[in-house]
Amino acid sequence: MTLVAIEGLTVDFDGVRVLHGIDLHVGKGEAVGLVGESGSGKSVTWLAALGLLPGKARVGGRVKLEGADILGAPDQTLDRIRGGRIAMIFQDPASALNPVLTIRRQIGESLALHRGLSGAAIKAEARRLLDLVGIPDAERRLSAYPHEFSGGQNQRIMIAMALAGNPDLLVADEPTTALDATIQAQILDLIRDIRRETGMALVLISHDLGVVAQTCDRVCVMYAGRIVEEAPAAVLFDDPAHPYASGLIGALPAIEGPRQRLSAIAGTVPDPRALPPGCSFGPRCLHATGACTQAPPALTTFGDGRRMACVLAKYRLEPTAIARELVDA
Amino acid sequence: MSATTPLVEVEAIARRYTMKKGVFGAPIEVRAVDGVSFSIRRGETLGIVGESGSGKSTTGRMVLGLEMPDAGTVRFDGAAIPPIGGAEWRRQRARMQMIFQDPLAALDRRLPIAAQVREPLDIHLIGNEAEREARVVELLRDVGLSADHGRRYPHELSGGQRQRAVLARALATRPDFLVCDEPVSALDVSIQAQVVNQLIDIQAALGLAMLFISHDLRVVRQVSRRVGVMYLGRIVEEGDADDLFATPVHPYTRALVSAAPHPGRKPTERIVLTGDPPNPADRPSGCAFHPRCAFAVARCRVESPVLADLGAGRQVACHLASPAGAGGVPTGPKLPALEVA
Amino acid sequence: MVYFILSRIARAVITVALVVTFAFVVLRLSGDPALMIMGPEAPPEVLAAFRSAWGLDLPIWQQYFSYFGAIAQGELGRSMRDGRPAIELVLERIPSTLALTLPALAMKVGIGLPAGIYAALHRGGPIDRLVMTLAVAGFTVPSFVLGLVLVLVFSVMLGWLPSGGQDSWRHAILPVLTLGIGGAAILARFTRSAMLEVLGQPYMRTALAKGVPWHVAIRSHALPNAAIPTVTIIGFMVGTLIAGAVVVESVFSWPGVGRLLVVAVANRDLAVVQCILLLVAATMVASNLLVDFLYGYLDPRLRTGARAGAH
Repeated sequence: MTLVAIEGLTVDFDGVRVLHGIDLHVGKGEAVGLVGESGSGKSVTWLAALGLLPGKARVGGRVKLEGADILGAPDQTLDRIRGGRIAMIFQDPASALNPVLTIRRQIGESLALHRGLSGAAIKAEARRLLDLVGIPDAERRLSAYPHEFSGGQNQRIMIAMALAGNPDLLVADEPTTALDATIQAQILDLIRDIRRETGMALVLISHDLGVVAQTCDRVCVMYAGRIVEEAPAAVLFDDPAHPYASGLIGALPAIEGPRQRLSAIAGTVPDPRALPPGCSFGPRCLHATGACTQAPPALTTFGDGRRMACVLAKYRLEPTAIARELVDA
Repeated sequence: MSATTPLVEVEAIARRYTMKKGVFGAPIEVRAVDGVSFSIRRGETLGIVGESGSGKSTTGRMVLGLEMPDAGTVRFDGAAIPPIGGAEWRRQRARMQMIFQDPLAALDRRLPIAAQVREPLDIHLIGNEAEREARVVELLRDVGLSADHGRRYPHELSGGQRQRAVLARALATRPDFLVCDEPVSALDVSIQAQVVNQLIDIQAALGLAMLFISHDLRVVRQVSRRVGVMYLGRIVEEGDADDLFATPVHPYTRALVSAAPHPGRKPTERIVLTGDPPNPADRPSGCAFHPRCAFAVARCRVESPVLADLGAGRQVACHLASPAGAGGVPTGPKLPALEVA
Repeated sequence: MVYFILSRIARAVITVALVVTFAFVVLRLSGDPALMIMGPEAPPEVLAAFRSAWGLDLPIWQQYFSYFGAIAQGELGRSMRDGRPAIELVLERIPSTLALTLPALAMKVGIGLPAGIYAALHRGGPIDRLVMTLAVAGFTVPSFVLGLVLVLVFSVMLGWLPSGGQDSWRHAILPVLTLGIGGAAILARFTRSAMLEVLGQPYMRTALAKGVPWHVAIRSHALPNAAIPTVTIIGFMVGTLIAGAVVVESVFSWPGVGRLLVVAVANRDLAVVQCILLLVAATMVASNLLVDFLYGYLDPRLRTGARAGAH
């Protein structure tokens, strides 16, 4: 059952297209990962879907929440959806919380907006949420300010705030990037525990393939404003099909086993103002052929729930295709 | 000098600050680095991993002589580091170089890259005009940049290219020793791999001794032969990079290794530490790790463990670690539940 | 906290002492009060009597110490011109000055703040551009020029308002406008940039992402943060309530503290000049103290002190 369906989502900043038609579905209770390097459009996708981009951004396409179109919906509708149906947490929790407001006030705001609570009920529920996300001494800490907490605790508070509206989907944008490794593990565990209890769906946006692999059922790899590959998490990391996806995984040093030279991807991410013709990854791709410069390859669906945008897709994902073509020839 | 004598010898260095807790509090002593010792031979890379507050960056700065240790000694090529700022210090600085996390901060925005790579040659009066020109081109090529890149300004380069430019400049004086503090942490994965490969190649080609400091275990393992794990200003475990990450002994190293996310590893294998990263201003008694340690016993709360050689090239600071048996590896503390897992 | 307050007050006292010392030295090195007040034609014995009566024949350091000794006892000296206590002369002028500077302050805050906020919220729009153009003009045009232009237009050409004097409230309109326009412009620019900075902060995105309506996010998330830097500039404006109208009072012949200062300086009426400077320094320092304490109230990060951070 699809919860959110993004169809052909495009974003332009000052006439420069940074998102080139994203198609993405998130099912109820599902955990979807969005992986890509900086500038790939993974955060922009969800900021655009929730109408959180600055006014100069031009957004096109459709975003449906349980079938109802929410892109360009009136502000009142969007305000009920944001935080109420779809909550979002961000990379740097210390600056994502308002420095001059108490934690109680910031969590209470969500409770008042989405659950209609007030007064003592807000305090009781805010305390319960802080307990839930593992902030010790919640009663007393409610009147503290963000700077009185550590980075990991601030991210827990962000999560508590996100949970305040009982959302169906949590969009976590690089939630652990600013945190130390041991704290990162705590936060990922917390998110997993909460999902187990509430059945909330998750979109995890991260540049770290390891983080996504451990947390998500399905992963989309993004490059230069497009999804280039989508596959179940286990499949993607064992057998990446798109040359960029396999390049990313090869570029990751291993923590065990024999040490191998990293297979770096040559070159750099293209400037969105000057994308190469055809496939945006073409100039960095080891397998590029003349066909790659013709047109951007479409994201094509294959049998086992995989999608891939590459001229080589059918050879990678349907090995029989080669045989068939040889026979035809 | 024989190849077996260490180029860099660090003995029990410490760095303390006094810090006021809040605006009105009484000053308290913060031990950022608390008795760290190691040595690095020519052509060898020592990796230092640790989280924020572990003192790894301060250690790097003391080794370079940018900060003077409050206790202990740093010896470079058999001699103590001369006082900061003197002619002797400047001469020695040509032999030891560093690169940091943010290349944009390390570069001058108003000068083209080539001019900045050339700067150390001018400062240390290396070669004549023509030789310096040629050396700059050679240096840029060594780090994978073209002469065209050399004509550009820092903001016209990508993050990875900037870090290469910093590396080229660091290599200009043909140093013997390079300190890298989080050199690839700000870079995207694909670019990170380019720079890591470059560092490894250059280190091997030039026979550099290297101190590689990072929070990223995977990158440290990729680059280093030996690795030290720091926690609250001390090295808690040191050993061969492959062995250490394969069979971590100290409970902190074990948690750190298990927390490193990697595709293909099941999250259930993870040891999740409770509590926040430690605050150097509020150092626990005894073993600094005991409040977060699942194995801690009474002794850990009162007695600070020393870094002891457990055989098989491993040193561990843990009361509960056991030395390696014949041909085996040292082992850390055990809990029945964990053995089942 | 006690330490914090005491250190701030000690710093304030030192600041005031430095200002007074500076004025003392400069005034005494820049002209002879006896000649100024008695006139160049006065016989030498009259000048000598005047000097000895006011202690001007003593070495300067002795004058300095006796002056500070007097201040410590609350004695601010007498005017050399008519022998009245300097403090009395100054105090009787303060209401006149406040009659200009208080309405002007209200105008600065009442126009500058909303204009700055509005401009920030509609960045790049026509109102923003208008506000910014006016703001630049408002603080690049010196107040004596603005004052004269206003006089030219409203008094000379249109004949609507008087050009000087203090006979009715209508006389106050042009000087208040002259003072208020420039200040409103400065405050508008400052508020706008403070607001723009806050609007770009991640916590604003967080507020919108949790469903806080836009206008509520502005009111309860942006404004409290933007208030922190804005308080500084308003505090500075409060500090100029006493002495901020020297030029304008001269242009409009308004008998306030500023005019008194100009006349006293011209006459080297040392006690009066020093009394005014002391008062001005004290208001400036007091408003700075006020700003410091307001900061503590507005910004919880300062209240609890810096968190013991790890690097």
